[in-house]
Amino acid sequence: MTLYVDKREALEPFAKHEADAVQGKPRSLTRDAMRRLFSNKAAVVSLVVFVLIVGTALILPPFLPYDYETPDWAAFSAPPSVESGHYFGTDQNGRDLLARTLYGTQVSLLVALIATTVSVVVGVLYGAVSGFVGGRVDAAMMRFVDVMYALPYILFVILLMVIFGRNVYLLFAAIGLLEWLTMARIVRGQTLSLKEREFVEAARASGVSTFPIILRHIVPNLVGPVVIFASLTIPEIIVTESFLSYLGFGVQEPLTSLGTLISEGADVLEVMPWLLLFPGATLVALLLSLAFIGDGLRDAFDPKDR
Amino acid sequence: MLGFAFRRLLTAIPVVLIAVTACFFILRLAPGGPFDQERALPPDILANLRAHYELDLPLYQQYLNYLWRLLQGDLGPSFVTKDYTVGEQIAIGLPYTLTVGGLAFLLAVVIGVAAGIYGALYQNKGLDYVIAAALMIGLVVPNFLVAPILQLVFGVQLAWLPVGGWGDGSWPFLVLPVFVLAFPHAARISRLMRGSMIEVLNSNFIKTARAKGIGARRTVLRHALKPALTPVVSYLGPAAGYLLTGSIVVEEIFGIPGIGRYFIQAALNRDYGMVLGTVVFYMLLIVLLNLLVDLAYALLDPRVRAR
Repeated sequence: MTLYVDKREALEPFAKHEADAVQGKPRSLTRDAMRRLFSNKAAVVSLVVFVLIVGTALILPPFLPYDYETPDWAAFSAPPSVESGHYFGTDQNGRDLLARTLYGTQVSLLVALIATTVSVVVGVLYGAVSGFVGGRVDAAMMRFVDVMYALPYILFVILLMVIFGRNVYLLFAAIGLLEWLTMARIVRGQTLSLKEREFVEAARASGVSTFPIILRHIVPNLVGPVVIFASLTIPEIIVTESFLSYLGFGVQEPLTSLGTLISEGADVLEVMPWLLLFPGATLVALLLSLAFIGDGLRDAFDPKDR
Repeated sequence: MLGFAFRRLLTAIPVVLIAVTACFFILRLAPGGPFDQERALPPDILANLRAHYELDLPLYQQYLNYLWRLLQGDLGPSFVTKDYTVGEQIAIGLPYTLTVGGLAFLLAVVIGVAAGIYGALYQNKGLDYVIAAALMIGLVVPNFLVAPILQLVFGVQLAWLPVGGWGDGSWPFLVLPVFVLAFPHAARISRLMRGSMIEVLNSNFIKTARAKGIGARRTVLRHALKPALTPVVSYLGPAAGYLLTGSIVVEEIFGIPGIGRYFIQAALNRDYGMVLGTVVFYMLLIVLLNLLVDLAYALLDPRVRAR
């Protein structure tokens, strides 16, 4: 234990507060959370890694000498090399693995984004309505969620696969429709406490009806749980998509996704290890960075910590 | 306790009913019949086939018939495999699935609880970080990526273990699939265990026990373990479900002839009868396992029974 206290360090919080007050910017919940997030090293590094992967996947493909579906007749099953321009090597059909990995990352992310958006929208609306209306409606709506919880969701996903077959985007909207349960539960809990607050009472007193109150006053107060939920759901969906593609249900040729690439790579791991290692490493980097970002967000928004 | 078991059983019935109903109608609404082939069947044969599988009846009639047969333990016919009914195929696959799943369940609990206790006792020391890092990898890296790499290292290059298959069912064939299936759940269990153990160890009755002069080992094992286990036990129900569905992909990777493989094959072949039968069977099994875990939870924590 040191007796010496750095004066500047000790007074730093006051200075900050003072500066904020001078600029007249109130410290909102979100700004506060962002400040906490950016002081978390693991989260910041992960954020950088995540942005790098996503940025590369979106920007780099047009600048590559090869695209994801055209075979290079001079290089079948070629190992990674710098001279030929196939930095990640090629597959059995002579397609450039770097281009395919980037393209697969795009598809995986897009699918995750669609499904997460669907699940957030459904979950927030369902939970807010259930919590706000209350009473019998609430009991019935939550009972339904309980029942859905007891069902193994991956089986339903495979059922949906059998039905939707090849329409990947429709399929993942459907996965989103199965993922909203947790969101609905959290939002309901938050809504139950929010609806007793003065601003809701004020809105009600001035004659605003139920649905506008939910949309204008309840939903904007749910930023924290929604952000955490989304950051935890995106990796979950990426894994689900990879899992389905691995089993042969997901994304079909000539489209590709990280799961499809891993599945193809796993078959020839012995002779062409690069076909598994590069897409696999990309997936792991993506999932790890999202996990740390999610962890950081949870700490940043955690009301218990404040 | 019996009353609790009975109430819990009653709440399971609507869950099963809704699950079966949802599966039935989702599959009946699927576009294209099970007999759509590249070459269209002659209409007479198609009509005969549809009559044989009762597909010509009104939908509600089909549904009621299906429910009635299900009550008698008949999971219905397979539309593709003619020689075996769905029930018979499941009976063939079930022992493999249960062996792998059961062993994985045990392994996950043992590793998870042990690692969790260790982490709680030696917080933020060297090995705790190593364990945390290993478990993070287990949580994040999906098993279909871990499995091929393990197959390559232990099966091909070191040649210590068979790459896949069932063989005579002896332990070398089981090591990789059981480990791959168990690892993510061991990770989750150890996180729960570590958290709750830390909380329990900080509580007053533990301090009292230590102050009375009870040794550290005895305090942890006799006093702290039971209350610390409750969140772990409540996770075991969902875990059993995850293990069962997780075994689908593990069976596929390692070529184990369990129900998961039949299910995947049926789904790829659009064998609606088989898909419906296996999904319904999985759900019944999962609801049953959840029920058992809930009962175990009530035994461990008397407060639950009162609710």
